[in-house]
Amino acid sequence: MFDGYLPMILDGLRVTLSVASVSLAIACGFGLAGASARLSGSPALRAIAMGYTTVVRSLPDLLLMLMVFYGGQVLLNRLTEAQGWAYIDINAFVAGTLTLGFIFGAYLTETFRGAILAIPRGQIEAGQACGLSRLQVLGHIILPQMIRHALPGFTNNWLVMLKATALVSIIGLDDMVHRASLASAATREPFTFYALIGLIYLVVTTVSIVVLTGVERRVSRGVRQDVLP
Amino acid sequence: MIDWEIVRETLPAFWDGLQITLLLLLVSTVSGLVLSVPLAVARASHRRWLSLPVFLYTYVFRGTPLLVQLFVIYYGLPQFEAVRASSLWPFLRDPWFCAWLAFTLNTTAYTTEIFAGAIRTAPRGEIEAARALGLSPWQVFRDVFWPGAWRRALPQYGNEVVQMMHATALASTVTIVEILRIARDVYTNYLVIPESFGIAAVFYLGLTIALTLSFRALERHYLKHLDPAASTRREPAGTQRPIHA
Repeated sequence: MFDGYLPMILDGLRVTLSVASVSLAIACGFGLAGASARLSGSPALRAIAMGYTTVVRSLPDLLLMLMVFYGGQVLLNRLTEAQGWAYIDINAFVAGTLTLGFIFGAYLTETFRGAILAIPRGQIEAGQACGLSRLQVLGHIILPQMIRHALPGFTNNWLVMLKATALVSIIGLDDMVHRASLASAATREPFTFYALIGLIYLVVTTVSIVVLTGVERRVSRGVRQDVLP
Repeated sequence: MIDWEIVRETLPAFWDGLQITLLLLLVSTVSGLVLSVPLAVARASHRRWLSLPVFLYTYVFRGTPLLVQLFVIYYGLPQFEAVRASSLWPFLRDPWFCAWLAFTLNTTAYTTEIFAGAIRTAPRGEIEAARALGLSPWQVFRDVFWPGAWRRALPQYGNEVVQMMHATALASTVTIVEILRIARDVYTNYLVIPESFGIAAVFYLGLTIALTLSFRALERHYLKHLDPAASTRREPAGTQRPIHA
């Protein structure tokens, strides 16, 4: 049915999933840094984090991606020229994951910030009063609850980011969408292949929802669930 | 740093691109709004034969990337002889029609879920009171049910419109010359970043701010009756489970 192109598409899925997971790790880094900056005592850090989340969330993903991809290359060229190094070609995988991580870091900043703010201050003070160190307060009081509060937003951001990985094909990454366009050109059956990858995305989102809802239920055990009428 | 000569030369093109972006946003959000109201009513219905098909539709369109949806419609549909022979072919070969169709189907899916959430949280007493006053089902919907749902949905709907504005940038992949396409062309011609993508970013930022402020004004207008004390006591509208936007 797919003229033997199925393995190639599935290999593209591997690329898509690695882009998504590497971007997620980067986004979590940006998100945690952003959230700590937003909640820090320094007005300068707060302003930087605020500017980061506001500007990034005000621009289309594709624009940011092209900007980082081309702009990063220009900056890199200037640097290599100034240092007299050999020309370095920016890797599409690096550019794609860095941009996606940078973009979704801004969304995760807000998610993490909200999650930390949802923890009652009294609990942190109680921990300090019991003589726990800063690290112990973080590990035993803040993080476990933060994860629970952040999970719904985190799930949402993961799903949006997973779909945004389709854009990396535009900056030349050989992901599932790019494979589908190659297969369509070769077989003249574009519908078959684009619909196929649409279906694959749907399967991945469904699995993500099932897994993350399970995790949510697990970290929320011990919390009374609101019974809806 | 910035070559103002290039900016002066390309700015008219960006203005044209801005109009195309706005037009894309307008046609898709308006048709999305019109379609999603009845769909949301069906989605929130207790009758499964009504809600299930709508759920399947929104699930598929929320679970796949818009870029893939656009490609299926624009590049995919012509694969079928029946499509090429049909009377719809003059439309389906047009990138504008395909972009409109893909954007509308996509935004309708998200908007339907937003409105359905707002409908589900309607206070029963309000509806019962309206019925007790002898209003017809249509009057109940038009004067009581929908205004309340619209108010509850407004903050989330505003986000969806901003998201949709950002999504119009994808139209550049099917040959429509909107802001991002202009930016890419300027980049190809002059190989400069601030004067191409930088200017586009300024345009998108301005659009986002304008949309956000308009929706804030709408919220102030529609949610005027909520006094601060009441709104802190009750959970705000945004507390429903997030739908993956």
